[in-house]
Amino acid sequence: MKKLQIILNGIIKENPTFVLLLGMCPTLGTTTSAINGMGMGLCTTFVLICSNMAISAVKNIVPDNVRIPVFVVIIASFVTLLEMVMKGYVQALYETLGLYIPLIVVNCIILARAESFACKNNVTDSMLDGLGMGLGFTLALTILGAIREILGSGSIFDMKFIGDNDGILVFVLAPGAFIVLGYLIAIVNTFKKK
Amino acid sequence: MAKLESSLKNMLLSLTFITLGAAALLAGGYAITKEPIEKADRAKQENAIKAVLPVKDATLKDPVEITLDGRADKFVIYPAEKDGKLVGAAVQTYSTEGYGGRIDIMVGLDAEGTVVDYSVLSAAETPGLGSKIVDWFKTDKSNRSIKGKNPATTKFEVKKDGGDIDAITASTISSRAFLKAVQDAFDAFINYKNTL
Repeated sequence: MKKLQIILNGIIKENPTFVLLLGMCPTLGTTTSAINGMGMGLCTTFVLICSNMAISAVKNIVPDNVRIPVFVVIIASFVTLLEMVMKGYVQALYETLGLYIPLIVVNCIILARAESFACKNNVTDSMLDGLGMGLGFTLALTILGAIREILGSGSIFDMKFIGDNDGILVFVLAPGAFIVLGYLIAIVNTFKKK
Repeated sequence: MAKLESSLKNMLLSLTFITLGAAALLAGGYAITKEPIEKADRAKQENAIKAVLPVKDATLKDPVEITLDGRADKFVIYPAEKDGKLVGAAVQTYSTEGYGGRIDIMVGLDAEGTVVDYSVLSAAETPGLGSKIVDWFKTDKSNRSIKGKNPATTKFEVKKDGGDIDAITASTISSRAFLKAVQDAFDAFINYKNTL
């Protein structure tokens, strides 16, 4: 497989949110605004790249029967590390996203990529796969967050364009997330069929 | 290299090896980030105190801890003095009744207990709704702002409960918790003044 194809695969053909429908919990929970969605996406990308590389590197010394505990340990370690680094060096970002960081551990995209890609491919390809999947996830979350922010709060990337309280509140709440996600998946499917 | 067979010995060795590696990584990360985290936390608190004080060039005195009836944790008061006179205080207050659990707030009061400003130290309210406590009660619009109001004359409760402050739309629980914390800060400050 060509390197570029591995990256594009994650962004378009197998987009984790719109096509694989994985990691719905952080997707619905964190996309109340475009900036939150993007931050969550980028953090996930970082963990995805690190965990894919680490798992790919140790795949030969891990017997099949204990691979899941090993994957979980590796993923959780990277997430904790990310949290500590953010807390220490980028406190402002940590304040907006801190709540969601531990959630990355339970994001099934990461475990899914470990299981279906990283433990069968070499370190470089796994890194590219992590990058592609992460970018695909980030893109999806940013779009979802942007739409919810425009409809729900009347702003985009925190820039207001309508008055307070004039937004459609349901789009900030969980049902709005489902509605927007449903329409986005429908749109993506229409284009994919052509 | 061929994949290891799933024998008991291999599984034990492999898991032990990987978890040790992970532990080492985390221990290293903790050791490196410990100091910056503490520094960042301290800076955040100091900035919060400075930001809410009524008189910017006041001298901070040693913090005093105050207990209130029915509240488990202590309230910390950072009295501010200028020319030997008490000009106000920053009070670190909290509420455990937020929608997402505990909310910690730094409230700045002047010598009479009128709210000057506040700063949310930590909260886990719903993003997009309750998380608006960060600036909702500073916004000068209808009856939202608590700045310049004194809990002795203004009722620090949401309109729905018969109070004088506008709650955040769709976040009454967060608003209630927030206002209660501010009221507690005021009570703690009055208690502190009475001990002087």
